[in-house]
Amino acid sequence: MAGIVLDRIEKAFGETRVLKGVSLGFDAGAFVSLVGPSGCGKTTLLRIIAGLERADAGMVSIAGRDVTGLRAADRDVAMVFQNYALYPHMTVEQNMALPLVMRRLSAVERAPFLGRLVSGTGERRTAIKAEVAEAAKLLSIGHLMERRPGQLSGGQRQRVALGRAIVRHPKAFLMDEPLSNLDAALRHDMRRELVDLHKRVGVTTVYVTHDQAEAMTMSDRVAVMLGGNVLQFGSPREVYEQPATIEVAKFIGSPRINILPGEAGAEGRISVVGAATDAVAPRTTGKLDIGIRPEHLVIADDGLAIIVRHVEFLGSEVLVYARDTSGGDHLTVRLDPQAWERAASHETLTVAPQPGKLLAFDAAGNRVGLISTETAAQVQAHVPSRRVPRYV
Amino acid sequence: MSDVALPASLATAPAKERAGHGEALAAWLLTLPAIVAFVLMLLIPTLAVVAIAFTDYELGAPALRYVGLANFAELMEDRGFVTSFRNTAFFVAVTTPVSIVGGLMLALLIEGGTRGRAFFRAVFFLPVVSLMVAMATAFQYMFHPTIGPVNAALRALGIVGPNWLGSSDSVMWTLAIIGVWEQVGFNMVLFLAGLTAISRDLYAAAEVDGVRSAWSRFWTVTWPLLGPTSLFVLTITMIRSLRVFDIVATLTQGGPNKASEVLLYTMYTEGFTFFRMGYSAAITVVFLLAVVVLMLLQTRVLDRRVHYG
Repeated sequence: MAGIVLDRIEKAFGETRVLKGVSLGFDAGAFVSLVGPSGCGKTTLLRIIAGLERADAGMVSIAGRDVTGLRAADRDVAMVFQNYALYPHMTVEQNMALPLVMRRLSAVERAPFLGRLVSGTGERRTAIKAEVAEAAKLLSIGHLMERRPGQLSGGQRQRVALGRAIVRHPKAFLMDEPLSNLDAALRHDMRRELVDLHKRVGVTTVYVTHDQAEAMTMSDRVAVMLGGNVLQFGSPREVYEQPATIEVAKFIGSPRINILPGEAGAEGRISVVGAATDAVAPRTTGKLDIGIRPEHLVIADDGLAIIVRHVEFLGSEVLVYARDTSGGDHLTVRLDPQAWERAASHETLTVAPQPGKLLAFDAAGNRVGLISTETAAQVQAHVPSRRVPRYV
Repeated sequence: MSDVALPASLATAPAKERAGHGEALAAWLLTLPAIVAFVLMLLIPTLAVVAIAFTDYELGAPALRYVGLANFAELMEDRGFVTSFRNTAFFVAVTTPVSIVGGLMLALLIEGGTRGRAFFRAVFFLPVVSLMVAMATAFQYMFHPTIGPVNAALRALGIVGPNWLGSSDSVMWTLAIIGVWEQVGFNMVLFLAGLTAISRDLYAAAEVDGVRSAWSRFWTVTWPLLGPTSLFVLTITMIRSLRVFDIVATLTQGGPNKASEVLLYTMYTEGFTFFRMGYSAAITVVFLLAVVVLMLLQTRVLDRRVHYG
């Protein structure tokens, strides 16, 4: 353990409650993303971890040490900001050296002329220079050392900001949307580089983003935040395949999940827009919201009739935006190009969900576990009670 | 960067040339009003002053005579002018640093404070919008040796106050105090504007990087990023100080015994009291040279050391 632990963090700005008792904990060396729409409190939470903002209630611990009462300078964390926050009047080298200079040299030793008179300052400056050069090599920015931030491109500035963070081997990296000012292609490359860097340096990283694709591709674990709460904390696969609530299901995944009206009938048998399925929600009856990912709909002989409204051909896949004929609900279907070519008509389609891929949510938005009809029958036959059903 | 799509007509050489001529003509036509205004209002008057400085012209005199550098030679000999030059230099040397440091400190205090920011901003800016001519009476009273509140306060502390405006030892100091009072609010407002332009994230980054004290925060972030503002404030304050006139004209008239003569006041008395326009113009030329030297010094020397965004 001994990574970062957050215990019931609360924060309000005036009347607005930004964080409503957030608890999270993860191991040292993990890459964790805080993802959510703007205003969900993710940046505030990051600033509370950094010590730049003080929580109204709750506890923060970093690497096994309670840092709740410590200021940012004493927490031994490094932060990368959205706009990089490089010191514009310093060279790249000076920017990267600053965290070391501030920590290893006294105020007198830092002074422009006075510092040279103190013995040992020279050696320490040389050591800092060497460490900065090493970090620069890791990020391949060695050739930029004498430039100022104003003379660098966005990507280069990003690397310098990263360099300033890694140079002093902190207990944690905190990153606040570090890629959002880069263009799409560069952002894509930097994602991979950040993951590589994390693997090599192995420092606990908390990464704030509103881009779920970034969160999904980079992190070990994703915390989905909404309205000041963490709705779900799990691996990217978990939050995608087993979202805890309908909000998580809607937020994670692009194109968005299809939500259709459904019902749990006799013995919990699920039907979607009137069509029966092979899924059962044990001990549940009544109306449900059924979520189906676009890639979990396939062209079938029997199922939901839809009218095609718009088609996007993306090469490796075809996205079909459609409306169902009866209820008028909007639907997105992700097909492979061959399946699309084989379709009998390109104006209307009949689609059905793949077995075992449905997600059901109750009126409160919480996910309801589903099992297949076969499992339900077996459970009924052999272990009539108390057996935990296998979720599909 | 990227290619720019040009209309086909511009891409061919002859058409481009024609367009170039038309564009140049339009440019000259559009700048013509500004050029005329500049020549009529600035260039000709300035050149006329410089020309008059080399003559013995007196206001109302039927003729004038070219005298070469005689006016300037006389300036060097003139004890009154030398005092006036020295006093002006003293005034600039005292008011500039004090009002800049004072303005910066006020700006930092107001920026860092939580309450009454608008109130303090308004209070310290008041001298800038008030008229010196009107304020003169107040200062006359404030610094009065017997009935003035300044000396009354000093008396309460057991100190015998000087005859502020009345003694040749203290008069320039008193004027410098008033000069600081007049300029500090203006500098404060400029620094406040400069401070709000500094990104909050830089302070956050500095904090995370281990910049602990307000002192090192100031030298790491605030001061370097205020560079362009400070250069502008320095320039404007020096020129405003160099132009000191109204406090002298209203409070001391250059006295006692010419102890508070300053460049512009000497120029004014020579020109408009003694009507020696040639001599007055020579003082103006010296004044202009001082301004130009200061400007050059700032743009050539300091501008290179200041970082711009």
